[in-house]
Amino acid sequence: MSAVMPEPTWVALGPIDSIPRLGARVLRRDGGDIAIFRTTDDQVFALLNRCPHKGGPLSEGIVYGRTVACPLHNWCLDLATGQAKAPDEGCAPSFPVRVEDGHVLVSLTPGAD
Amino acid sequence: MQKEKLVLIGNGMAGMRTIEELLRLEPALYDITVFGAEPHPNYNRILLSPVLSGEKTIDEIMLNTRAWYDEHGITLHTGDPVTDIDRKRRIVKSRSGRELPYDRLLLATGSYPFMVPVPGVDLPGVMGYRDIADVDAMIAAARAHQQAVVIGGGLLGLEAAYGLQQQGMDVTVVHLLDTLMERQLDKPAAALLQASLESRGLRFLMQAQTAAIEGTDRVERVRFKDGSAVPADLVVMAVGIRPNIALAQAAGLYCERGIVVDDTMLTYDPRIYAIGECVQHRGQCYGLVAPLFEQAKVCANHLARLGYGRYQGSVTSTKLKVTGIDLFSAGNYQGGEGCEEILFQDPGAGVYKKLVIRDNKLDGAVLYGDTIDGAWFFQLMRQGTDISGLRENLLFGQAHLGDAGHGGQTQAAAMSDDMQVCDCNGVCKGEIVRAITSKGLFTLDDVKLHTKAAASCGSCTGLVEQLLASTLGSDYSAPEAKPLCKCTDYTHDQVRAAIREQHLTSIGAVLQALDWREPDGCHVCRPALNYYLLSAWPNETRDDGQSRFINERAHANIQKDGTYSVIPRIFGGETSPQQLRAIADAADKYQVRTVKITGGQRIDLLGLTKEQLPHIWKDLTDAGFVSGHAYGKALRTVKTCVGSEWCRFGVQNSTKMGIELEELTWGSWTPHKFKMAVSGCPRNCAEATIKDFGVVAIESGWELHVGGNGGVKVRATDVLCRVETPEQVKEYCGAFMQVYREEARYLERTAPWVERVGIAYVKKRVVEDEVGRKALYKRFLESQKLAQVDPWKERATGAEAHEFTSLRQVNA
Ligand code: SRM
Ligand SMILES: Cc1cc2nc3c(=O)[nH]c(=O)nc-3n(C[C@H](O)[C@H](O)[C@H](O)COP(=O)(O)OP(=O)(O)OC[C@H]3O[C@@H](n4cnc5c(N)ncnc54)[C@H](O)[C@@H]3O)c2cc1C
Ligand code: SF4
Ligand code: FES
Repeated sequence: MSAVMPEPTWVALGPIDSIPRLGARVLRRDGGDIAIFRTTDDQVFALLNRCPHKGGPLSEGIVYGRTVACPLHNWCLDLATGQAKAPDEGCAPSFPVRVEDGHVLVSLTPGAD
Repeated sequence: MQKEKLVLIGNGMAGMRTIEELLRLEPALYDITVFGAEPHPNYNRILLSPVLSGEKTIDEIMLNTRAWYDEHGITLHTGDPVTDIDRKRRIVKSRSGRELPYDRLLLATGSYPFMVPVPGVDLPGVMGYRDIADVDAMIAAARAHQQAVVIGGGLLGLEAAYGLQQQGMDVTVVHLLDTLMERQLDKPAAALLQASLESRGLRFLMQAQTAAIEGTDRVERVRFKDGSAVPADLVVMAVGIRPNIALAQAAGLYCERGIVVDDTMLTYDPRIYAIGECVQHRGQCYGLVAPLFEQAKVCANHLARLGYGRYQGSVTSTKLKVTGIDLFSAGNYQGGEGCEEILFQDPGAGVYKKLVIRDNKLDGAVLYGDTIDGAWFFQLMRQGTDISGLRENLLFGQAHLGDAGHGGQTQAAAMSDDMQVCDCNGVCKGEIVRAITSKGLFTLDDVKLHTKAAASCGSCTGLVEQLLASTLGSDYSAPEAKPLCKCTDYTHDQVRAAIREQHLTSIGAVLQALDWREPDGCHVCRPALNYYLLSAWPNETRDDGQSRFINERAHANIQKDGTYSVIPRIFGGETSPQQLRAIADAADKYQVRTVKITGGQRIDLLGLTKEQLPHIWKDLTDAGFVSGHAYGKALRTVKTCVGSEWCRFGVQNSTKMGIELEELTWGSWTPHKFKMAVSGCPRNCAEATIKDFGVVAIESGWELHVGGNGGVKVRATDVLCRVETPEQVKEYCGAFMQVYREEARYLERTAPWVERVGIAYVKKRVVEDEVGRKALYKRFLESQKLAQVDPWKERATGAEAHEFTSLRQVNA
């Protein structure tokens, strides 16, 4: 049996404007909610909505630049990689995102692009 | 609604000070237009003498630049005097043909130099001394000519003479009487002054009456009654000033020597205020800035529709701004019947001091050569202090009072906090020291900017420098001022000042104006900025949800598992079966996992998902609840005890008082959370003495407490004062909250804030300064109008729906 790379499944999330700038919305999912972030310059990122520290909902954090500060204990994570900023260590899985004609699509396969 | 139009005629010191005071109270009440006859924006007239003597430049004496007018939305017409006021149609007309309607008019036309009506007074080369044009003309004359005559040996004449001499002219001062500055100095002091000026090369002709000014194309000499004459290429008349009332008179406004005003600075026309040297108040016209600035405060108060300021006249003091000469005079310096004098004279050292005492109070003072105690004497005079106990040592100044142990301390260190340092701007030592410590100031210019001390005539500069030295340590080293966050080097206070001064009304504007290092700021600065903006410009700032911590954005407390808790407001902690039933019903319906009585006498419903929030809020608001703000940097709870309604010890109705306080203050945003309590007697069951604002009932009324904290570091309150009525409790409470809101740093509870600024300062603002307290309270009420909109109800009916719903649900 040969291993087959699963086709990324793109999920349509609607217009980018339904996500506030410097904010986030959530995609509910059995396998764990995904937080979809939007920056000031309309870049969109997706992270598993669980802080690597104690599971805080990242979607509720304050967003600035390409960073989100977790609402529970203020760990700061890079939106693109999910990496916590030093001195904290940890990583939230990230998901590929596309914006087409002002509509946001997220792939549910972590890391792949 | 269209704003009312305020027109200011006279772009000078008194008028513009009034506008500044007004903007501080009510930045957005009026559309303001200013007409100035001079071609310049507003400048510091009293510093013309240092410009004339070459010690300062014109740029250095500007007070409000054109950019300042722009920033504040004020229309400025310079070089365009108003020529006509049509009071019936309420229109002013200017020389260039502008016609402008007004709702309120402010006259501040100042005064003009009186020119002695002798033959030849209109010859070229004969002038008064009043404005920048005069100074320019004098400096030009000094370049082309040699001989100057100044007529008038008063304050202005001597400053003109000194300046002209510094510009290289030979100067003769002509004076009608036999002593100089006879309105400020007694004979011995005047003689010392004259000797000192003569030794610097000025010539004096005393008791000389000018008969004519002679010349063909230009002045050539001044001739006197006795027939003698002195050569002159320039004649400066400085014999007195006359209020500028022609415009007011032509408009039919009642004038005597000046435009007559009442204690609110209102003229006989209820639409027209007047201020400054052009007015006559209780028979008195003033020619110094200190009283005019006091008038400006009062006038601004009425223009802002506060309606309680009152001007009751001023005691004035004088200092001469001639470099190297220290001279101070105040009040009844001549003495006379019923007065005693204390004298000190040391001609060798050039020192002369005279104190005039009447009924055991200081009535006047003249100091020459050593004026360092002038501020203290002036304070004793104005306060009417009984000096019988100080007499022995009074003349030797404050430093010599009490034990002699003050040794090496400077004069400034010995001053009490409430002593006035800058008489022009009415700034006390306490204010300066506080500004230095709290705003992290370390230069004279900083202090001028933040407090206005030493920013007018400058004669208190030395004292301010001493204060800098004694506050910061003698090396003036910069204090450790912590930046607001990593994105900037500015401190909280600097940022706050910039928001006010530059009228910044959005986070974006702040980040740009202050060169933030991160384009979006960060999670530390954005919530602080959002608060500062809302507190500075409640009417103009849009609350930025994305810059609020999740609790404040979602109006509930996030818990460790990402669920939320909901605490409805129960005013004063007094509830009812219906309320309890409604809470119980909601708890059942939404399967609330834990129901808990909180430490603040409220009921907490824990374990709700974010999606459930608007629904449970709907049920709760339908039952009459509003948000309890248990999640906010905001008014939290007002705890109460049962009080006199039930308790056998209670002396006042503490529950009702608590409910009223909570009704007054709920919804207000504060730098950090704000908690209150009201106890019905000093047994204090509501624990009022560890609250931000605590009220303890006493037989005669209420004792008010501030700055308590029960959290990480327990701090018992300081007593603020005692008051009698519930109305007063509310006024003091609102005023206290407002100073805290306006001045404390974000995330600074009242306890550390009170420790930082000192309870004396808080008392001064909230207790001692009645006018200030009322203004604070008014601002508090004003911002409450916008704040008391229940965020739960808004969201229950659809506001911010995106916050409480997910984008999508998938099975993956
Ligand atoms: C619910 C409650 C405990 C309870 O079940 O009784 C509570 C719960 C929390 N307190 Fe408290 N405090 C509660 C009364 C108090 C009190 C007692 C009081 O208010 O009379 C104090 C001491 C009094 C004081 O503040 O001076 C108190 C001192 C603190 C502090 C320390 C504050 C300080 O200045 O040192 C914090 C931490 C903070 O604010 O940074 C805090 C923070 C919290 C937070 C907000 C922690 C957080 O950020 O999640 C907790 C939120 C729980 C929630 O989601 O509801 N809580 N907390 C009480 C709510 C009162 C209310 O009805 O609104
Ligand atoms: C050289 C000098 C030194 C001084 N030194 C001191 C000192 O050391 N300490 C002190 O306390 N005081 C001092 N004073 C006095 C002080 O400057 C005045 O008391 C103060 O400026 C008066 O303020 P004001 O607003 O009433 O008048 P001003 O500052 O004169 O302002 C009035 C303005 O109104 C303008 N104006 C007049 N009519 C019209 C019109 N129809 N339309 C438009 N504009 C009009 C005038 O051009 C003027 O600019 C000094 C004054 C001078 C001239
Ligand atoms: S504070 Fe005084 S009045 Fe109130 S309950 Fe306690 S004992 Fe009674
Ligand atoms: S759970 Fe995110 S910082 Fe603690």
